[in-house]
Amino acid sequence: MELDAVILSRLQFAFTVAFHIIFPTFTIGLSAFIATLLVMWRSTGLERYRDLARFWTRIFAVSFAMGVVSGIVLSYQFGTNWSRFSEVVGNVVGPLIGYEVLTAFFLEATFLGVMLFGWNRVPPWLHVLSAILVAVGTLASSFWIISANSWMQYPAGHVVRDGIAYPADWIAAIFNPTFGWRLVHMVTAAYLTTSFVVLAVGARYLLAGRHAEHARTMLKMGTAMAAVLAPLQLVIGDQHGLDVARYQPAKLAAIEGHWDSAEPAPLVLFALPNEAAERNEAAISIPNGASLIITHSLDGRFAGLKDFPVEDRPPVALPFFAFRLMVGIGLVMIALALWGAWLWWRGRLESTTPFLRLAALSWPAGFIAILAGWTVAEVGRQPWVATGILRTAEAASPVAAGAVAATLVLFVVVYAIVFAAGILYMNRLINSGPGAGRGEVEGVATRPISAAEGAGRRILGGG
Amino acid sequence: MLELYLPVIWAVLIAVAVAMYVILDGFDLGIGILFPTARQEPERDQMMNSVAPFWDGNETWLVLGGGGLWVAFPKAYAVIMPAFYLPVIVMLLALIFRGVSFEFRFVSKPRHRLWDVAFFAGSTIAAFAQGIILGGLIQGVTVVDGRFAGGPFDWATPFALLAGIGMVAGYALLGATWLIAKTDGPLAARARGQARALLILVLLFIAAVSLWTPLGFERIAARWFSTPNIYFLWPVPLVTAALAWLVWRSLAAGREVLPFIGVVGLFVLSYLGLAISTFPYLVPPTLTVWDTAAVPDSQIFTLIGTVIMLPIILGYFVFVFWTFRAKVSAGAEGGYH
Repeated sequence: MELDAVILSRLQFAFTVAFHIIFPTFTIGLSAFIATLLVMWRSTGLERYRDLARFWTRIFAVSFAMGVVSGIVLSYQFGTNWSRFSEVVGNVVGPLIGYEVLTAFFLEATFLGVMLFGWNRVPPWLHVLSAILVAVGTLASSFWIISANSWMQYPAGHVVRDGIAYPADWIAAIFNPTFGWRLVHMVTAAYLTTSFVVLAVGARYLLAGRHAEHARTMLKMGTAMAAVLAPLQLVIGDQHGLDVARYQPAKLAAIEGHWDSAEPAPLVLFALPNEAAERNEAAISIPNGASLIITHSLDGRFAGLKDFPVEDRPPVALPFFAFRLMVGIGLVMIALALWGAWLWWRGRLESTTPFLRLAALSWPAGFIAILAGWTVAEVGRQPWVATGILRTAEAASPVAAGAVAATLVLFVVVYAIVFAAGILYMNRLINSGPGAGRGEVEGVATRPISAAEGAGRRILGGG
Repeated sequence: MLELYLPVIWAVLIAVAVAMYVILDGFDLGIGILFPTARQEPERDQMMNSVAPFWDGNETWLVLGGGGLWVAFPKAYAVIMPAFYLPVIVMLLALIFRGVSFEFRFVSKPRHRLWDVAFFAGSTIAAFAQGIILGGLIQGVTVVDGRFAGGPFDWATPFALLAGIGMVAGYALLGATWLIAKTDGPLAARARGQARALLILVLLFIAAVSLWTPLGFERIAARWFSTPNIYFLWPVPLVTAALAWLVWRSLAAGREVLPFIGVVGLFVLSYLGLAISTFPYLVPPTLTVWDTAAVPDSQIFTLIGTVIMLPIILGYFVFVFWTFRAKVSAGAEGGYH
C-alpha cells in the first residue's frame, strides 16, 4: 500500500514536472527575444520589429499562462505528495524556493501585465523596461530553481542532525558544486530552444511565401543565435558532464552504461543495458572513448555501476537512452545551425529550400532535448531525492494510494485538455502571422499576402 | 529569544500573504463566479478585461503563502498539505482552468464557449476548495507524532461545506464590488444589485461561522469568552456590523469605490476573527507555530529577503493598479489581443 502511493506520486510528479518544464523553457528564451525586438524597434523605428514583438507577445502570453498554472501545482506538490521531503530538507531547500517567489515570481507576474496591456498606456521606455524585467524575472527564477535542484543532486552547506538537514553555510548551499554549469547548461538550452522555434517559424513563412520581410528577420535572428549557442552548448554540456563525473559517479556510470571500473571505458554509442546481468547487450561502442572524454586519457579508469551497492544504483536504461537522445538532437541542432550560418555567409540562406524545410521542422528539437536532459538528471539522481540524505521511497506523504491514483488520473485528463488546447492556439497564432489582428485569424492563409498584411496593419494602426 | 519571536513574526507574515491572496485573487475569482450572469459578449469581455492585467500577480500571493508556510513552518506544511490532499489538488486544477481561460478565451474567439464555462467553473471550484481547506483547518487535523494520521476525506464535514459555500459567496461579493468600481454601463449597474443580495448572504455566513465555531469547538469558545480576552475582543463583532452597514449604505448611495473598500474591510475583520480563534495553533488542535517552526537560521535567512522584497513587491502592485486605474468599458480594446 505504501509503495503504491510512492510509485503513483513519482508518476504524478514526473508527469506534472515534464509538462511544466516545456513552458518556462520557452518563456525564458521568448521573453529575452521579445525584449530584444522591442529595444530594436525603439532604437531603429523599424516597424517589422514592432510587428514581430507584438506577434510573439501573443504567443508568449499563452505559453506564460500555462507555465504559471502548471508551476503553482509543483510548488504545492512538495507538500501534498512529498511531505517527508518538505520536512527533511525544508530548512535548506525551502528558503531557496522562497527567494524564487520573492525575487522572481512577483517581478515577472507584475510586469507581465504592463508588457501585455501597456502598449498604449505607459510611456515607451516603461513598456520596454517591463519586457526586460519580465525576461530578468524568468532568469532569476531559473537561478533559484536550478540552485535548489542542484542542491538535491549534490547537497552542500548543510549539516544533518537526527535525519533532518539544517543550513550551515548559505553561500555554500546556494552555490553548491553542481549548480554553476547546470544553470549555464539549462539557460543556454532555453535560449537555444527558443532560437529554433523562431528559426522554424521564419522558415515556415518563407516556404509558404508569406510575411517575407518578417520571416527573413526571424530566420536571420534565429540562425545567428543557434549558430553561436548550439556549438557552445556542446562545450557547456561537456563541462557539466565533468561535474557529474566528479560529484555523481553512479549517475555517470548509468549514462555511459559503464559497469566495471577495472577496465578502461568504451564510448557506448548504442546498447541494451541488462541490469540483472550487469552488462550491456548488443553494444556498439568505440573502445576507450568514454575514458578519453571523462578522464582525458585513453587508459583512464572511472567508477562503474558494479562499484555501487545495488540499492544505491540509479535505473540504467532511462538515463542511458535519454542521454543519447539529448546528445543526438544536440548534434543535429549544431549541424543545422552551422549549415544555416554557412548559407548566410554564401548569401543563400533565404533561397535554399532543403535548409528551410529542415529548419521549419526543427521547432520541437530543443523541447525534446530538454525533456531528455531532465530525464537524465532526475532519474540519474535516484534512488535519492536529496543525495545521501533522503531516499525517494522515504520522501512521500502519508496519503492513501487511492487518493493519489485519483489525482493522477485528473492531472492526465486536465493537462491533456489544457495543454493540447494551448498548443493548438499557439499554432493558430503562428499561422495567423505577424501583423494580423484577432479578426484576421480565419482564412488568412488563402488570402493574397499583401492584402492580409495590409489588413493587419490597419487593425494595429487603429488599435 | 529568537525561537520565541521568529515564529510569531513569520506567522504574521504568512497571515498577511494569505490575506493579500484572499483579497486580491478573491475579486478575480469572484468575477469568474459572477461570469454567467453576464448575458452579452461585450459584457463578458468587459468583466475579464477588468482583471486581466492583475490576475497573475494576484495569484502569486498564493505561492508566497504556500511557499512561506514551507520555508518558515516545514512541519506544518508537511501536515496540512497531505491532510487536505484532495481539496488542494482540486483547487490547483481549478486554478489551471481559470488561469488559462484569460488567454484561451481570446485566442479561440469566436469559438470560445468552452473557456467561458472553464473560467466560471474553475473560479467557483477553486473558491469552494479554498473554503473547504480553511474550514477543515479550523475544525482541526488528526496528528500523531507530528505527522498527519487521518484519512483522505477527514475534511468533509458540514462545517467545512458551510465554509466552502461561504467562500464562494464572499468572493462573489468582492467581485461584484470590484465591477462597480472598475466598470461602467449596465454591467456596473447590475453588479450593484448583485452586491446587495450577496452582502446579505455573506453576513448570514459570517454569523453562522461566528456562532458555530464557539459552540462547536471548546478551544474557540475559551479564546473568545474567557476573561480577560472578552474585554479586548468584544469590539470585533461590533466593528464588523458597523462595516456591513457602511457597505450597505454606500451601495444604496451609488458610491463606486467605497463598497469595494468596505468589503475588503469585512474580509480583513472576519480573517482577524478566525486568526484570534486559532492562534497560536498552525495545525489545530495540536501543533503551534513554535512546534512546527524551521530553525532560526532558515527563518532569518528568508526573513531578510522578505523584509527587503516585500515593500518592493507592494510597490509593483501600486504601480500596476495605478497604471490600469481607468474604468474598463464595454467594447474597449483589451490591449494586445
